[in-house]
Amino acid sequence: MSHDHDHDHDHSELSDTQLRVRALETVLTEKGYVDPAALDAIVEAYETRIGPRNGAAVVAKAWCDPAFRQALLADGSKAVATLGHISRTGDHLVVVENTPKTHNMVVCTLCSCYPWEMLGLPPVWYKSAPYRSRAVKDPRGVLKDFGVTLPADTEIRVWDSTAETRFLVLPMRPAGTDGWSEERLAELVTRDSMVGTGLPKQP
Amino acid sequence: MDGIHDMGGMDGFGKVEAEPNEPPFHEAWEGRVMALQRAMTYAGAWRIDHARYAQERIPPLTYLAASYYQKWALAMLTNVQERGLASTEELAAGHALTPGATLKRKFAAAAVPSDLTRGSFFRPPQGPARFKPGDRVRTKNIHPTAHTRLPRYARDKIGVVERCHGCHAYPDAVALDRGDDPQWLYTVVFEGRELWGPDSDPMLKVSIEAFEPYLEPL
Repeated sequence: MSHDHDHDHDHSELSDTQLRVRALETVLTEKGYVDPAALDAIVEAYETRIGPRNGAAVVAKAWCDPAFRQALLADGSKAVATLGHISRTGDHLVVVENTPKTHNMVVCTLCSCYPWEMLGLPPVWYKSAPYRSRAVKDPRGVLKDFGVTLPADTEIRVWDSTAETRFLVLPMRPAGTDGWSEERLAELVTRDSMVGTGLPKQP
Repeated sequence: MDGIHDMGGMDGFGKVEAEPNEPPFHEAWEGRVMALQRAMTYAGAWRIDHARYAQERIPPLTYLAASYYQKWALAMLTNVQERGLASTEELAAGHALTPGATLKRKFAAAAVPSDLTRGSFFRPPQGPARFKPGDRVRTKNIHPTAHTRLPRYARDKIGVVERCHGCHAYPDAVALDRGDDPQWLYTVVFEGRELWGPDSDPMLKVSIEAFEPYLEPL
């Protein structure tokens, strides 16, 4: 049956990749270039510590602390570096702010550049051909795929990450959250709202 | 190079499909590929631009059919062999047959918590910046046959310099082992209509990060 055939085919492709990756790791280890324990630690870091929670904490702080917000927009890397307890970040972080007039969206049309230290590893859709091809030409159509519709007179600003600068969107603070703590606000900040394909959760 | 990777503005790829509760990795080997790439660049075996350039040289049909980490793995195999770090025979055998080359350093597990942070791409300038925020510029109509970060959709277009990010290592040079050749880096913003014609969304603006050699004054 064709279904079974397709399934077997997929399975053997996957096994082939698994075998090639295993061979590559063994060779690079035996050559002395990499330490498997370090590879374990790198994988673990991205599975457990480096994810959108980092970015959400930064956004929530910017919503509560006007001086921090200003510093963040002026120099993202420098401002986040003051929050050692939230996340480490490298140079070249640029934070762009949504306003009632402008909505920002981030893409990498050439590969998959993404603010890893703030958001973790990019999701498959961010690295996919549909997103990379359409975000710069039809961002409203892309937003529709995410169930988001913005007023026609909202300017849509797309940032194509073609260098080592990394972009994080600072979404607008949802109404009805006066007096909320940073921790509570951070729960409203979704990954997609920091890429610009979504909006924060409403309280 | 005018390759399949340069996807901005292409039609026909369909809807963006988000996967709810997507895990960091779908298969364990994907994590190994990501970690190997991080460990090898940390060791100085190659740089991120070599990784990108190797992906861009994946044949188009393979590129489109491969998953994200399959592309990474293919690019890594290319770099390992091109840079003489392991032979085709060794990769086929799955074992080293000769001792390894000497690399700059080795990523130790104990260093991962502190050293996973991205390095800086700032470099000392070779001269003063040619442009400043507010300047109108035209991107060049260039078609380099090797690695470049000027996407096709933004070539020969008029835009405005919005920000200057300082002087950075130049990917076009790094990918070809021509050193850092530091260049000033700018955010250049274009009207949607300049890129996509009169039918474009009038409220669309798109920016690229443009190295100075990509730009000419207006």
